[in-house]
Amino acid sequence: MSILLDRTTPVLVQGITGKIGSFHAKEMREYGTNIVGGVTPGKGGTVIDGLPVFDTMKEAVEKTRATASIVFVPPPFAADSIMEAADANVRLCVAITDGIPSQDMIRVKRYMRRYRAENRMRLIGPNCAGVISPGKAMMGIMPGNIYLPGNVGIVGRSGTLGYEAAAQMMELGIGVSTSVGIGGDPINGSSFKDILELFEADPGTHAVVMIGEIGGPQEAEAAEYIRDNMTKPVIAYVAGLSAPKGRKMGHAGAIIQAFGEGASEKVELLRDVGVAIAPTPAEIGSTAQKVLKAA
Amino acid sequence: MDIHEYQAKEILARFGVATPKGALAYSPEQAAYRAREIGGKLWVVKAQVHTGGRGKAGGVKLCRSEDDVMDAADDLLGKKLVTHQSGPAGKIVGRLYIEGGVAIAKELYLGFVLDRKSERVMVVASSEGGMEIEEIAAEKPQSIVKVSVEPAVGMQAFQAREIAFALGLKPSQIQSAVNALMGCYRAFEELDATMLEINPLIVTEDDHVMALDAKMTFDDNALFRHPAVAELRDKSQEDPRETHANDRGLSYVGLTGKIGCIVNGAGLAMATMDMIKLAGGEPANFLDIGGGATPERVAKAFKLVTMDKNVEAILVNIFAGINRCDWVAEGVVQALEKSPAGVPVIVRLAGTHVEEGRRILARSGLPIIRANTLAEAAERAVAAWKNNANTVGLKVVNA
Repeated sequence: MSILLDRTTPVLVQGITGKIGSFHAKEMREYGTNIVGGVTPGKGGTVIDGLPVFDTMKEAVEKTRATASIVFVPPPFAADSIMEAADANVRLCVAITDGIPSQDMIRVKRYMRRYRAENRMRLIGPNCAGVISPGKAMMGIMPGNIYLPGNVGIVGRSGTLGYEAAAQMMELGIGVSTSVGIGGDPINGSSFKDILELFEADPGTHAVVMIGEIGGPQEAEAAEYIRDNMTKPVIAYVAGLSAPKGRKMGHAGAIIQAFGEGASEKVELLRDVGVAIAPTPAEIGSTAQKVLKAA
Repeated sequence: MDIHEYQAKEILARFGVATPKGALAYSPEQAAYRAREIGGKLWVVKAQVHTGGRGKAGGVKLCRSEDDVMDAADDLLGKKLVTHQSGPAGKIVGRLYIEGGVAIAKELYLGFVLDRKSERVMVVASSEGGMEIEEIAAEKPQSIVKVSVEPAVGMQAFQAREIAFALGLKPSQIQSAVNALMGCYRAFEELDATMLEINPLIVTEDDHVMALDAKMTFDDNALFRHPAVAELRDKSQEDPRETHANDRGLSYVGLTGKIGCIVNGAGLAMATMDMIKLAGGEPANFLDIGGGATPERVAKAFKLVTMDKNVEAILVNIFAGINRCDWVAEGVVQALEKSPAGVPVIVRLAGTHVEEGRRILARSGLPIIRANTLAEAAERAVAAWKNNANTVGLKVVNA
């Protein structure tokens, strides 16, 4: 089993005629994703790599019955595209774009609240590597070959550090149910807690590897959720032990602005609620292995 | 992006926020001339630097004559101001802001931030101005008022009034406070700020509410739609290594250790730094060359990291996905053949086509220390750095 995405999920690519969008559309299809078309305003009616292109998301959803979309639209226009997806009744939207202004994201999240919780689109990202259910489908930019199908969920902010974890796990024969990149921006669609909830409810996921980093309150919120609701074991690593206060470490959201936002404080919070902490980033796979053997 | 106090005040004035009379000076003579233009008998000479804690570090001087102003300016200009927030390198003073003294009846604190928890703009105010907000929160938490702004409609006048009354202002002062609050919010929202702090916000003896200091930070991701704000960037306030990196589209933070890092992806870059620290070394920098890690970016990164004279070893850690390892390895080899690093270089490649990538590194005949895992890479980097530090001019052999 997996969360969010499987082989049958019909996916639209927003920004499909761009260089990045068309490249990754092809990669995702080759991996097995059910890509059904794309949207680029003004290019409606054309065909790219055998896929129909539409002018608007509403038309694309009506014609293809897509339930998910992935956004490769450049930062100045990306927030608008995410809201268009929400309004077209897509269930899941994965925003890959890096560099969306924070106030645009505040507006996006406010806009999404126009819909009742049961009709509300789930947003993953932005500034993330996407979602992959190994052996089934991927909506993202990750190299699919480093993920072994299996029953450990991965949720993390960073793309390449997530790859590192997946590769360490593959080396040890540990497979992944779904891996979700929630992205490195200060305001994002889904938090650690949101994804932990999905893994907790998924019978195909037996344990979760969580990869946090400095900055923001989401690891602390996840710790509370784990303490109160999580029955499955959680393994965690928090990056940025050596990061100085007040400096942005690459990701727009990776900045220690207040007490509790540093890596060691977050590690303490997670350890206190029973999470198995990987002592170094080189031991994410081996820590997961120990936890799985003990379970 | 940070801007200077005087720039923030110019912006706020355009949004209707009152500020004391002031002007910019680049020389002691100009400072004295500005003081005469402003008039009065009391002036404040303020160093314009991108850091907090200026006052305590001697960057703000109260002057009672034009001669005093000239002396203060002479003392401050060209000086390196080291505050408790600036780091040991300090910030160079290249500009001064000369301001007329005002009769202060009350000092308040006012801040606007993007609150990540509520995902809204949050207004934070306190009747205890002049202290840093962390101190206020620790010592007088009951004085803090917080108001969150509904993003669909923006801040409303009633919210500004609520804050003003909660700060204990008199009815005769409320309208001026509401103007200041609403002006600050509009500037914050319209210009995509991520932080705006007025400390202190003062009430004058004649009931005017004014910004006595102003600090503003803008969202780098939104500068594309605010060219006038982007022009306010002052590169003299940045670490030159960071300026160089920034201008070349690389994400770099200069640190004080000896092991330079070249990594793709922010999370992996932080993890690599962590690993170096855990192996007994100290990273010289954070550097994310982007998830893609093209050969051009690898070459640029080597140039940048070797610019730092503190660097005694370089650790390259690339997890190649779509861009295969063989391609990245070619980039590393090309960069080092063109300009040798002069210090030990440790390369760890992982991901797609890793075997081919490692073969390319081995075949190159370059003195590259190879590592297969993250742990191995950090250990070898720390060992090479220690070795290199002990024997200057050591010939590096292939591991």
